[in-house]
Amino acid sequence: MPAKVVTITSGKGGVGKTTATANIGAALAQNDLKVVCLDADIGLRNLDVVLGLENRIVYDLVDVVEGRCRLKQALIRDKRLPELFLIPAAQKRDKSAVSPSDMVRLCNELREEFDWIIIDSPAGIERGFRNAIAPTDIVVVITNPEVSAVRDADRIIGLVESEEKGPARLIINRIKPSMVRKGDMLSPEDVLELLAVELIGLVPEDEGVVTSTNRGMPVVMDGRSRAGQAFRNIAQRLMGAEVPFLDLEEGGGLLGRLARRIRQGGD
Amino acid sequence: MKLFQQLIGRDRSSARQAKERMRLMLIHDRVDMSAAALDKLKDELVGVISRHVEIDVGAVRIEMTQDGREQRLIADIPLRPSRRRGSG
Ligand SMILES: Nc1ncnc2c1ncn2[C@@H]1O[C@H](COP(=O)(O)OP(=O)(O)OP(=O)(O)O)[C@@H](O)[C@H]1O
Ligand SMILES: [Mg+2]
Repeated sequence: MPAKVVTITSGKGGVGKTTATANIGAALAQNDLKVVCLDADIGLRNLDVVLGLENRIVYDLVDVVEGRCRLKQALIRDKRLPELFLIPAAQKRDKSAVSPSDMVRLCNELREEFDWIIIDSPAGIERGFRNAIAPTDIVVVITNPEVSAVRDADRIIGLVESEEKGPARLIINRIKPSMVRKGDMLSPEDVLELLAVELIGLVPEDEGVVTSTNRGMPVVMDGRSRAGQAFRNIAQRLMGAEVPFLDLEEGGGLLGRLARRIRQGGD
Repeated sequence: MKLFQQLIGRDRSSARQAKERMRLMLIHDRVDMSAAALDKLKDELVGVISRHVEIDVGAVRIEMTQDGREQRLIADIPLRPSRRRGSG
């Protein structure tokens, strides 16, 4: 299988890009696929901590681009998931240290070695975003079900289309089914209708995300976590499987109906 | 009271309000045109068309709608019957 490059991005910050990158990467690696997660958020490195690999960094992305080390030397292997690798971002540099064509060149080299390359993009529409989408095959936009995040997601989806990297796929993260039920939170259907893009994942709010991040252990490694299940499903969908959307309210609530509607091909 | 609020509250829920506000906001964001600019366009359009045919100015409706990720400008311009033909 030829390697695929996936970029996880968002308009608004803090909606879950790094969490999604780590977990989708780890879930693909659990399926014995060789995966590299690439932290493109230069200056605000975080993917290393979420993956629990922060103590093993010697070289970073900018070192590779500027020729201070070979690509292989910057790859950190996850000991728990031997198919999972990380290329960390530089912490003390800014986005302009890397150009979109550097990213394309780097990913072309990585494509020889890996099945999947997952890029953690910085938020926003600036240089860092352009770097992160330059080499990509699939753009995944992540949002929370909340007005400003959805508005900014719409902006990013439009940019992805105008850069001819579309159509973007959407993850809605941090859904609180009890608030949705009470009419206090936009439902996944609402968000989908507003953004009019293809859905690739619904992830519930889950305290397990916070505790697993504390431990440096992706939540997909916890078999009981609902968010972990949601991220494993996203990995399956990227791999081409048809997986029904999580029924976040056990017993068939709103999301169950949505899932059924999507399965029926209602788009 | 709680039940009553729930009954009437459905439509005015904050999520419903958010969705309605966002629907308009996203259309205007996407085409980079404000509600005020749309009003101006409407006035100019009415002016141009009135030069050729008599229209019911008060009933003119111009709005932007969403069709997937495409935006459409929909104009509904009712015409007045010609005066010359009227029995007057
Ligand atoms: N499904 C979830 N349930 C609970 N907490 C979550 C969930 N997803 C993300 N979080 C928490 O939200 C915070 C922000 O997540 P994350 O760092 O992944 O966002 P980001 O989009 O990468 O942010 P930035 O734009 O700053 O890079 C983190 O504290 C994370 O643990
Ligand atoms: Mg991040």
